[in-house]
Formats: sequence, C-alpha cells, structure tokens
Amino acid sequence: MIEVRDLKKSFGPQPILDGVSFQIETGESLVIIGRSGGGKSVLLKHIIGLLQPNSGAVLIDSEDITRMSERELIRVRSKFGMVFQGAALFDSMTVAENVAFPFRRQKKFTEKEIARKVAEALDMVELPGIEKKRPSELSGGMRKRVGLARAIVYQPQIVLYDEPTTGLDPIVSDSIDKLIIRVTECLKVTTIVVTHDMRSARRVGHRIVMLHNKKIYASGTPEDIFASKDPVVRQFIDGVADP
Amino acid sequence: MTSLAQRFITGCLQGLGSYALLVKESLFSLLTFKIAWRDVTYQIYFIGVKSQPVVLITGAFTGMVLAAQAYYQFHQVKMDTATLALVGVSMCSELGPVLTSLMVAGRVGAAIAAEIGTMRVTEQIDALRTLATHPIDYLVVPRLLAAILVMPILTAEAITIGIAGGYGVGVGLLGIDATYSWHNMLRYTTIPDYAIGLIKSVIFGGIIASIGCYKGMSCREGAEGVGQATTEAVMYSSIVILITNFFLTLLLGRLFHII
Repeated sequence: MIEVRDLKKSFGPQPILDGVSFQIETGESLVIIGRSGGGKSVLLKHIIGLLQPNSGAVLIDSEDITRMSERELIRVRSKFGMVFQGAALFDSMTVAENVAFPFRRQKKFTEKEIARKVAEALDMVELPGIEKKRPSELSGGMRKRVGLARAIVYQPQIVLYDEPTTGLDPIVSDSIDKLIIRVTECLKVTTIVVTHDMRSARRVGHRIVMLHNKKIYASGTPEDIFASKDPVVRQFIDGVADP
Repeated sequence: MTSLAQRFITGCLQGLGSYALLVKESLFSLLTFKIAWRDVTYQIYFIGVKSQPVVLITGAFTGMVLAAQAYYQFHQVKMDTATLALVGVSMCSELGPVLTSLMVAGRVGAAIAAEIGTMRVTEQIDALRTLATHPIDYLVVPRLLAAILVMPILTAEAITIGIAGGYGVGVGLLGIDATYSWHNMLRYTTIPDYAIGLIKSVIFGGIIASIGCYKGMSCREGAEGVGQATTEAVMYSSIVILITNFFLTLLLGRLFHII
C-alpha cells in the first residue's frame, strides 16, 4: 500500500504541494489529474523518492521513504517501474540494452535468459523484433512503449506513468491506454498515472484524484468525477478556459 | 550589493558542499567495490585511447619549443648542453603533467559534463535511479577510476615524446652535442622528478573526472544549461589543476627532498 501524508513541497519561494494526502491500495489503478504545472509530476516523483519533500511522509508498505538516503532508496525502488513523459531511454544503448538494463546491473541471469525476458517484455508492448534499433530511430509512441517494457521487465509491484499519452495522436494514445490496462491486469501491479488526458483518465483509472491549488481537490471513481457538478472539476473535464 | 555578495558566497559554499558529497559518495562506491568494469573499460578507451593525438602533439611541441627557447638562453652563456637537462626536468615534473591535464580537461572534462548534463535534462539520470541504480556508481565511478588510471600513462607518453622532440630540435636542428646533452639530461633528471609528474597526473585525473561529473549532474535545464555546465567543467578543472599544481610542487618537492 502507498500512503502520502500531508506532503508539502516548494521550489524556492514557490509552493507546489501544500498538504497533499491520499492512499492507494495494492492492485489499484489511480489517476492523478490537474492543470499543467499544478504539481502532478512533482507528486509522482515524491512517491518514488526522486524528490524530497519539505515536510510530510510517503509510506511504501508502511516504510517512510522521505528520510531514506539514496542508497537505502535503491531497495525500495526495486518495487517500482516508472514510465517517463519523454520515455527517458538511454540514447547510447539499443532498445534491447535499454530493456535489459535492470538485469545487467543485477547480474543474476545468463545472457540467454536476459534475451528471452527482453523479447517477452517487447512482445507485451507489441513491439517484437526491434531489439537492435536505437532510441533515435523510434517514434514517440514506440519510445513510450519501450519505456514501458523497461519499466515492467523485472515485474515490479508498482508502475508509475508520467503523462503517458502526452504528445501522441489519439490512436497511439488509445493503444497506450490499452497497454496500461493490460499491464495492470496481467501483472497485478499497483498503477499510478499522471495525466491531463481525460479520455485516458476515464479508461485506465479505478479511482481519480484531482490536484488543484496545491491540494487534492476531488477524489472518486471515474463515474463520480465525470458526473461531478463542482465548477472547478467541471471546468477541467470540459476543458473550458477561464473567462 | 551585500545581498548579492551573500548570494554569491552561499552559492559557492553550496557548490563546494555538493562537490564534496559527490566525491565522498564516489570514494564510498570505490571502496565497497561497486564498480562496473565494463563501463570502466569503455571509459579507459574514451579517455585514454582517444586522447592520444592531442596528448602526443602537445607533448612533442612543448618539448620542441622548450628546447629551442632554452638553447637560445643557454647559448649566450655557453651552456648549450644543459638544454636537454632543462627539457627533461621541466617535462617530467611540471609541463608534462600540467599540459597533458589541461588538454585532457578540454577534451574529456567537457565531454563528461555534456554527456551527463544531457542525461540529466532528458531525465535519463532519474530513469537510472528508478531502475534501482545509484548514478554515482554507474556514471561517476567508472569515469573517475578510468581518469585516475589513464592520466599517468598519458603523462608518461607526453613526457617521453616531449623529451624526444626536445632532443630532435636540440641535437638535430640546433647542433648541440648529443653525448653531453644526453649525459646531462640523465644526470639532472632524477627519478623523483618523474615520480612527482606521475603523482600529479593521478590527482589531476581525479580533478578532471570529478569536476566534469559534478558539473554534468548539477546542470540546469535546457540546452543553455548543458552548454554552461560544459564550459564551467573545463574552466574550473583548469583553474583547480593550476592552483593544485602549485601546492603539489611545494609539497612533493619537500617530500622528495628536491626543494
């Protein structure tokens, strides 16, 4: 289980998160929505310990990770997989080397086993046979899929997605959504998706939380959120600019 | 004005603190043998093999110009055969390590800062961390270790080719007596001179790699941030090498009873 308790973060004088609290049950798929620059990605980075809060706690299976050193965090992070907004593939490596990266560092498997696991992960994201390509030879959608393959190849318990459909056309976005659902169901992982793509949020989330004014403004099932009559929630869902 | 000075001092102290933490983490990683030897091998190739042309050219022409200048001065006091001795001592203890390090700082320090800086702004370093890999173990330690291992070899090459260049100019071009020149060089260029040069080069290698890595890892967002990190890596490495060289000359001179 993941629990975020009264999380506060500011960059210089600029507050980004001001007392954010919520819980995510094991196996749940949570979508965090909110306006651009509203602190969604910052919140996600706190959950995996990439950022340290000013105050508050992030508990992963009852362990507070906010007080851990970078070396202590390595153990906790092995439970996570993360898909970055720009995929963050290592551009000096091939696709296969990117996906195999977690195994090469562990040194537990033979080359043959690693190759098989890489092929399985690439099959899962529907990109078989691209092992030898370089990230620069891939389209935006393919890069995100490879990023997802790298994140799930070692079967983590929690997968985080930072704006997985941003910058992609509706058809590729749809295929990414289906992949997220498939990974959540097949691998029984806890999923957290940060997005402002409302169609994607509705499809992949068991629950949606909305970040507004540096706090959790609304929380509920996709049906509750989409049926909400709250003007702030409504404005975001309908995509209406301030008058 | 006061607040500007305060901010500058705070920034400098913060930078020094972060750099010290990076060095501490790297030493911890080295001492606990968290070393990716495959990456170290690649870095040895990148820092060592690919720096050959620049180091050899620098060493050769430094030795040659030093021999010519020394000859013009010594010739006036009829000490022509001391030329190669001066070239030998200078190349071994000062010019060899310092000029090699400055050239490597320009080539390798900049490349390290640019590569790691680009990885930082494209979230590749964050991706490393999410893949349960410590960036210091994966990015800094192989570069640091490779630079420390490779710099003495590069320096030895520069010294050797510098002396050879000096000999060529002195004996071949300016007509100094070969036997006396060689004899004087062996007489005045001692093992401590050579040892001082190699010890300095190890320390300079550490400076180049650690500052390059630090500047890359603390680089600001965007192309401008990467550009600035690259420039600062070369600038700070060069300055720190020159300042450290002064203190090392005094310290090692005392240690080897030269001064």
